[in-house]
Amino acid sequence: MIENYLNIFINAIFIENLALSVFLGMCTFIAISKKIEAAIGLGIAVIVVLAITVPINNLIYNYILRDGALAWAGLSDVDLSFVGLISYIGVIAACVQILEMFLDKYVPVLYNALGIFLPLITVNCAILGASLFMVEKDLYFGESVAYGLGAGVGWALAITILAGIREKLKYSDMPEGLQGLGSTFIIVGLMSFGFMSFGGIIL
Amino acid sequence: MSKYSEILFRPVFKENPIALQMLGICSALAVTSKLYPTLIMCVALTVTVSLSNFFISMIRNITPSNIRIIVQMTIISSLVILVDQALKAYDYETSKTLSVFVGLIITNCIVMGRAEAFAMQNPPGVSFLDGFGNGLGYSVILIILGTIRELFGTGTILEYEVFPLVQNGGWYVPNNFFSSTSSFLHFNWFNNMGFKGMAKRSD
Repeated sequence: MIENYLNIFINAIFIENLALSVFLGMCTFIAISKKIEAAIGLGIAVIVVLAITVPINNLIYNYILRDGALAWAGLSDVDLSFVGLISYIGVIAACVQILEMFLDKYVPVLYNALGIFLPLITVNCAILGASLFMVEKDLYFGESVAYGLGAGVGWALAITILAGIREKLKYSDMPEGLQGLGSTFIIVGLMSFGFMSFGGIIL
Repeated sequence: MSKYSEILFRPVFKENPIALQMLGICSALAVTSKLYPTLIMCVALTVTVSLSNFFISMIRNITPSNIRIIVQMTIISSLVILVDQALKAYDYETSKTLSVFVGLIITNCIVMGRAEAFAMQNPPGVSFLDGFGNGLGYSVILIILGTIRELFGTGTILEYEVFPLVQNGGWYVPNNFFSSTSSFLHFNWFNNMGFKGMAKRSD
């Protein structure tokens, strides 16, 4: 039992890393990886939001939306799965908003650290992507907690590594065309080759 | 008349969303390994961004500004649901190939970006044109990438064999580097350089 959860967790971090093997959340991944502190802040925000929204979306999918899920309400032949997209994005937007208010009131230190990144997260495709992958993999509730957490940790790990490399390269003497985005793209490409080597692991 | 063609073609060459502004690259990465799904994805995105610009612009004067993001999100996700359902009804195979990436049009930065930057300030007709232009800009890059990646990755274009493969008695050995998503990043750097040059020359 615990092995299964651990399996999903490790798999989500290394083998199906959201940033480096599925390439989700690329816009923020490239824009906010210039400094390590900012990257870690955003990474933590992504972990928190994914660990909350993926399980909630899992409950919504399994008990309301999926084909025959409304049997508990006596509507066993209703299939609401077509409104999935709009409900997931609604849940994500609402969660981010509530989390922002909660942190502002009770954990101001964390709020100040994450402040600017939280609203950005609503439109980060890694968040919606993880929920959609969760539906596609047909996970049940416990598994979805492990998957959400793992996906978040994987994304945070990737952006932290990239920020570290970019900080190291900041003062290196590069040809004009490679400066800025050019070298970043090549670094991300090489990092994803590195992560491809995890693909052979059988858990 | 020239004003309209300016609005339509500016996003294709001078302000290309993918090559120059680095918006919406998440979905562009995953779908371009074959040309046919790429074309479907281009149509899906162009339809969504033009219609979302049109509808968001129609209600721009009565949308309270503090809840505008959620209003835009609702419009965009309803449109994406329509596109997704249509695709499932008429081309189920491709919708399986594209899997979560049709749903991820919701969080595509191009759609949200154009809604915020253009549709909130301009009348519906012009906004529709702007959305269509951005869809074209996205499509141009995706089609270039899709062609290169399918041609060198598998030796075919739209499943038609251009380079005879070794396994069929020809000479071409499929190159997996081009099929892997990370190659996209290397190519996008070339795109970035090329379009930068083009934008400079047309100024």
